[in-house]
Amino acid sequence: MARWTPERWRKLRVKTGFSIYYVLFLLFIYGPMIAMFILSFQGRRGGTSFPMRGWSLYWWNKLLEPSTVGDLQGAMGRSIVLALIVMVITALFSTMLAMAFRHKFRFSNALFYTILAGLMVPGVLLSLGLATLMRQLGLSPSWYTSALAVHVVWALPFGFLVMMAVFNRFDASLEEAARDMGADEWTVFKEVTLPLITPGIVAAGLFGFTLSYDEFARTTLLSGEFNTLPLDINASMTQRIRPTLFALGTISTLFSLFMIGLFLAIYTILYRRSH
Amino acid sequence: MTEVTGTHHPGLIGSQPTPDESVVRAKVVRPQEGFSPGWLIAPATLWLIVFLVVPLVSIIVFSFWKSTPHGMIPELSFKSYFEYFFTEGFFEPGSDRFLLPSIFIRTLGSTIYFTLVVMLLCLIVGYPIAYFLAMQVQAFKWQLALFLLCMVPFWTSYLIRAVAWLPMLGRRGLINQALVGMGIVDKPVSFLFYSEFGYTMALVQIYVVLCIGPIFFSLAKIDKAIIEAAIDMGATPFQIFREIIGPLSLPGVAIGMIFIFVMIMGEFATAVVVYGGKTSTTGTVILNYYGIANYPFAAVNALMLMVAMVIGIIVILRIVDIRKEL
Repeated sequence: MARWTPERWRKLRVKTGFSIYYVLFLLFIYGPMIAMFILSFQGRRGGTSFPMRGWSLYWWNKLLEPSTVGDLQGAMGRSIVLALIVMVITALFSTMLAMAFRHKFRFSNALFYTILAGLMVPGVLLSLGLATLMRQLGLSPSWYTSALAVHVVWALPFGFLVMMAVFNRFDASLEEAARDMGADEWTVFKEVTLPLITPGIVAAGLFGFTLSYDEFARTTLLSGEFNTLPLDINASMTQRIRPTLFALGTISTLFSLFMIGLFLAIYTILYRRSH
Repeated sequence: MTEVTGTHHPGLIGSQPTPDESVVRAKVVRPQEGFSPGWLIAPATLWLIVFLVVPLVSIIVFSFWKSTPHGMIPELSFKSYFEYFFTEGFFEPGSDRFLLPSIFIRTLGSTIYFTLVVMLLCLIVGYPIAYFLAMQVQAFKWQLALFLLCMVPFWTSYLIRAVAWLPMLGRRGLINQALVGMGIVDKPVSFLFYSEFGYTMALVQIYVVLCIGPIFFSLAKIDKAIIEAAIDMGATPFQIFREIIGPLSLPGVAIGMIFIFVMIMGEFATAVVVYGGKTSTTGTVILNYYGIANYPFAAVNALMLMVAMVIGIIVILRIVDIRKEL
């Protein structure tokens, strides 16, 4: 057992201070959400702030009634379908792009910055540009065309950077060994490359799914006739705010958390298997 | 002593030794091997050109078109630019608003101001967290777990996180109740919600996680031996921070600041939810003009926002060259 020198005491004090700060920080970023969770169980006569006037599932039940907040179930369904499509396209595109960037090719710099521009350009600009353009061309926007298009533009840089990091640490000699043994390109990819990069593809997919599922700014002008879930939530903000909105926020956040957990679990399993 | 000089260290924090040539070569695939890059990039490139490059270019084109009550027509017109720069006061001799920038420029100015304030606050709040995770937490498992705990909100909806501020900031919100309960104020204060204060706080809470990641990564890359050496030479904690940790974490700070900068410059949802639409950011102005079908004017506002952002990013990159880090 080491002696308690002044130096050790000082280090312990510093560490304790930082730990307390960390806990306060967690309270800051999670506190409002937790307050929202609790208030969604507000009693029938309660309002949107504390104190609680009894506990009930009244506002949760209201979510199931079709008239309260627009077409809620429909919006949620559309958001999930859209997020799944974006997930697949993002995972596919970012893998293909990162594989291409292992070679030197012309305009690779320009392409690199164009991909990153998808992250840098504000959603409202992209929304405005595409919406005006489609209007001039006489095309009508819809969630599965124009909204899908900009969601992929938004999620792609994140997936791409993940896959770039994966290939940065990739040992190409494994592929060369397979080639030396006479495997063709498809076999090399299927048998050697793919199993090793699958965890990365899952991580890229996570970005695709969650970024699309939560996206609001880019969808604003481009979802067309039917709303996605964030648009529906925003629309219900314009009416009188009731605890139903908190129930909606809670269910949506819980769904996000569930998806993150699911992705992390798949990632961990695949990661262990590939090593 | 000879060993130290032999490993080619020009300075304590100077350039790192270049990796062995065989390591570098292993990462580059020989040209004839693997799938051809052309086919790999074709679908994504096409997608980005059609849905990113063309819309942005069309904003520039549309900003020169003529606005009519029935939409816009392809006729060269500088009216939108004229309106943008000269509305209200500018060059009106005798007016007390002489030389006052137009309302749109002032909106852009206040958007930039707010963005800078939030960036600074995010840095102040977020840096110690990244420092704690990278320097104070020893076990890698804990580091990862605590880091993920900070990052989870990034994968949830920012709209809902803005909504979640409602029960906190209102007149009867939690913060007011706490203030009254602790006897700090007699009656609930109203400056919390639908105010700059509440808006700033919500923005910091929503976007601070974006700068923790990059700062954490650049702090984690710092060789602990350098810090040990500095301690052995008798450096104070402040000196260590100023001479080693601060400079070495600058690239992470720059990337984090760019993230927050681009997110908040185009921000409008939080402004609507938390500020109750009482304020206008350039984002809300763009949407309002789109709403009344004055597309060229919305395009001019969007273009000016883009120009301001490009300048901002260039300024940040001038201060810190992050390309060396990528």
